[in-house]
Amino acid sequence: MATGTAKWIFPSFFPSLYGPSFHWFPHSLPLCPFFFPHHRFPFSNPSLSLSLSLFLSTGSRDSGSDLRSPPRAAAPLREASFPTQNPDPTTMIAIPYLTALTTYFSYGLLFAFGQFRDFFRKFFDWCSSNNLQGYAPICLGLEDFYIRRLYLRIQDCFGRPIASAPDAWFDVVERYSNDNNKTLKRTEKKSRCLNLGSYNYLGFAAADEYCTPRVVDSLKQYSPSTCSTRVDGGTTALHLELEECVAKFVGKPAAIVFGMGYVTNSAILPVLMGKGCLIISDSLNHNSIVNGARGSGAIIRVFQHNVPSHLEEVLREQIADGQPRTHRPWKKIMVIVEGIYSMEGELCKLPEIIAICKKYKAYTYLDEAHSIGAVGKSGRGVCELLGVDTADVDIMMGTFTKSFGSCGGYISGSKDLIQYLKYTCPAHLYATSISPPAAQQIISSIRVLLGEDGSNRGAQKLAQIRENSNFFRSELQKMGFEVLGDNDSPVMPIMLYNPAKIPAFSRECLKQNVAVVTVAFPATPLLLARARICISAAHSREDLIKALQVISKVGDLVGIKYFPAEPTKQQQGNKAMKYD
Amino acid sequence: MASAVVNFWNATLDWLTVALDAPSARAVVFGVHIGGHLFIEVFLLVVILFLLSQKSYKPPKRPLTNKEIDELCDEWVPEPLIPSLSKELQYEPPVLESAAGPHTIIKGKEVVNFASANYLGFIGHQKLLDSCSSALAKYGVGSCGPRGFYGTIDVHLDCEARIAKFLGTPDSILYSYGLSTMFSAIPAFSKKGDIIVADEGVHWGIQNGLYLSRSTVVYFKHNDMDSLRETLEKIASKYQRAKNLRRYIVLEAVYQNSGQIAPLDEIIKLKEKYRFRVLLDESNSIGVLGSSGRGLTEHCGVPVEKIDIITAAMGHALATEGGFCTGNARVIDHQRLSSSGYVFSASLPPYLASAAITAIDVLEENPKLITKLKKNIDFLWKGLSKIPGFTIASNPESPIVYLRLKKSTGSVKDDLHLLENIADQVLKEESVFVVVSKRSTLDKCRLPVGIRLFVSAGHSESDLLKAIESLEKVAASVLDGHN
Ligand SMILES: Cc1ncc(COP(=O)(O)O)c(C=O)c1O
Repeated sequence: MATGTAKWIFPSFFPSLYGPSFHWFPHSLPLCPFFFPHHRFPFSNPSLSLSLSLFLSTGSRDSGSDLRSPPRAAAPLREASFPTQNPDPTTMIAIPYLTALTTYFSYGLLFAFGQFRDFFRKFFDWCSSNNLQGYAPICLGLEDFYIRRLYLRIQDCFGRPIASAPDAWFDVVERYSNDNNKTLKRTEKKSRCLNLGSYNYLGFAAADEYCTPRVVDSLKQYSPSTCSTRVDGGTTALHLELEECVAKFVGKPAAIVFGMGYVTNSAILPVLMGKGCLIISDSLNHNSIVNGARGSGAIIRVFQHNVPSHLEEVLREQIADGQPRTHRPWKKIMVIVEGIYSMEGELCKLPEIIAICKKYKAYTYLDEAHSIGAVGKSGRGVCELLGVDTADVDIMMGTFTKSFGSCGGYISGSKDLIQYLKYTCPAHLYATSISPPAAQQIISSIRVLLGEDGSNRGAQKLAQIRENSNFFRSELQKMGFEVLGDNDSPVMPIMLYNPAKIPAFSRECLKQNVAVVTVAFPATPLLLARARICISAAHSREDLIKALQVISKVGDLVGIKYFPAEPTKQQQGNKAMKYD
Repeated sequence: MASAVVNFWNATLDWLTVALDAPSARAVVFGVHIGGHLFIEVFLLVVILFLLSQKSYKPPKRPLTNKEIDELCDEWVPEPLIPSLSKELQYEPPVLESAAGPHTIIKGKEVVNFASANYLGFIGHQKLLDSCSSALAKYGVGSCGPRGFYGTIDVHLDCEARIAKFLGTPDSILYSYGLSTMFSAIPAFSKKGDIIVADEGVHWGIQNGLYLSRSTVVYFKHNDMDSLRETLEKIASKYQRAKNLRRYIVLEAVYQNSGQIAPLDEIIKLKEKYRFRVLLDESNSIGVLGSSGRGLTEHCGVPVEKIDIITAAMGHALATEGGFCTGNARVIDHQRLSSSGYVFSASLPPYLASAAITAIDVLEENPKLITKLKKNIDFLWKGLSKIPGFTIASNPESPIVYLRLKKSTGSVKDDLHLLENIADQVLKEESVFVVVSKRSTLDKCRLPVGIRLFVSAGHSESDLLKAIESLEKVAASVLDGHN
């Protein structure tokens, strides 16, 4: 732990020292293993040799799966069992012993206070009994405990409204609260902040000289909506062009698009998988995948996040055992992974996973929500970056909300697969087709990426995001932050851990006009709160340097430089001279 | 002889007693004589404990060897990812070459469009286009983030407030896609063990929500109040004691699968009697029903507070995209952190939210639009009801006019084929674009299929006449050959 931390243990113990805020706890207690909400071990921080791994690893069995789903959303995933051997320690999150302890303590304290307040609230409610007689409460006791007693106190760090395009700099609307953060009111005041939060990887969120005029033309030609589904009157010439364009870009024979990425996952999986099928899902897969898998009725097993050897183990075990109880062979098995994990910034170990899936004849489903457009030499995602042939991935999914600055999602695969989906997928049959201007935005941005607009802006953007990401990541690491993720990935989470540090980091950064995203419980495991930085090609070097200065300062203040900082170049130079 | 044995036996016992008592002779611990029997009892206890601690007998387990697993893996043959494609799967929908307004262009020909739920004729409305283009200029296209992470744009908040104000509810919440609204909202409020009574004709979005909630779902007959009453009665008696179970009735205002309208006043009576909450999907009734377009509650004269949760897709009358849910503050706030489609998805593109605001503004300024729509619905309904071979399944006030075959061929597939023939010919020969309802293999709704016409306030009387005449003509020729 860096020197700054010691003096900051106290604020995290005593929430009232920092803002009006911290009451954090999951709203479905019985489901959240409070004492062991970890999904990954061991604790490999050498500077703090007190390793908790032995103590905690007993509890590691059933986390992971529901980390990113709301409570009760992922119960079937919990059936997975993890192997006891330690996987590759480099991918693990290291949590210092003291930090783990203070974090548990803080949550415990917050929980106790919340319960205390709930107790009195019950008493008052009972006195002024205006409850609907005979109806069970619409939110049962602990279901919204987390929201009422923990989230509300720091809700100003989330959902900050903005009043401009989510470009490199944007206007954050200031809010105030008269009731201790219970409700927030917007003011007219805005502050211009550096945007380190939006998924604007390629900078297509703002007006673009090539895209915007075309989008406006499409708006005029096709209106904002077709008010119809794709199979009825919702297929315009633009939609066909989009599907062709996406298929070509992704490198598959055909594609189908939907108006929302979430729906793409959650409506496709039930079509492809069903009773008697097995879905093997990475433990940190996005909630849309979890929901889609659950909706399919297939059996779900989880493998340890990004550990191919564990995937192989699960596959062997499952193929050998067959379906539960009947032991019939599985009808089909699908392995679902993501290209870049949005809360970890990690790249999928795709080549290894594909090799294993091929060996065991499992189908592969790759969700490229964050990686398509953002990585790879020509922006074609992790396949291109890691040298995987797209023909080896059976189903490629991605969204347009990130790199392309639009909305919607796609599935791309063989011609037959897409044709089948067009006939059976509920999202194709029952949902309003993607808005034509949004479709045009995707087409145009892909054209820019491919250089079909007659300039090399696409290539520049791709080079820029890569350079920006790697620069920013290495600088953060040098400062001693605990940064997760791989090189080349534009997503970099910085670990915060203590609940008090979430609002502290977020508010302090905002005060200095840097808008960062802090992520806490429903999106991450309770203990592993983090700040997440998304780098964009639109950031200039000055922007990044400013961001680094602010983050470093706030990092010292909040005490999140968990590793010793690397000496700066100048110091190194000095030392070198001395030795000479 | 016998006495000798008894004597010997007694002597042995005496000896044993003495031998055992000897070490602790007359020892007294806390007033208890330590007799020899205690040693035996302790000894027996130890034996029992020892036996208890032993595992019961199990045949030795022989796990599969690696080689065996390898063989099993080699032998396993998966089914193909998708079944082989049959001929019917080759259907390609018509491609529109212009906006999907009341008149649109297909294959270079102008056709009258009855396939878009553009009830108020807002597609191509100048005010909506203007608000979209200014929003595009200000905010760009996408929001590039979920609502929690800088994906909240001021127009989203304005739009939520505008919807709540329009419907007279305390608050509302925007979803980025119509389909995801219901299937996210239901699981946010209903969990395992809770009870949902749903109409059997609800659309797939709701079905999926019901499934994902893992609640106990009971279906009642489509729009049949007697069946609903019976179902509620049964549940009320079955779960009398379960005070902490949430109970919901899930309905659509205008059923997408039949065009029926739910009789809300009766439902409210039942709901209050049996203490259920109501979840109402107003996708096809906002902007259509009621004198000012406020939906089914206004239509039936029911105060909007009586409905606990209202959801709607905005891809219909409002002519934009996305969806919303509205209700009291508790209901809305709960969704902001617990509704998966809201939390885990990028927010609605701001230009679509701005279009929704403008659409509501325009609707409020022009109540005549609704009068016109109602007149059109009435006209088309009356005209189509005369066509031989068809019955109208929809309510006379529903903006979806739903034609079903009077005489089904007996199989859904053949019915579909027949209806598709009619729709095809009507489009090709008469330039009237009508569509047949399609069913996904996942859809559990079993209501008969039919031809759907979405009426718009933008249709002129001659458009409607043309539709009636051409359907009549084509139906006569196609159905003639089949019946
Ligand atoms: C991996 C993954 N899949 C799907 C989605 C959903 O996409 P959308 O925001 O377009 O609904 C996301 C978005 O956060 C994601 O990270």
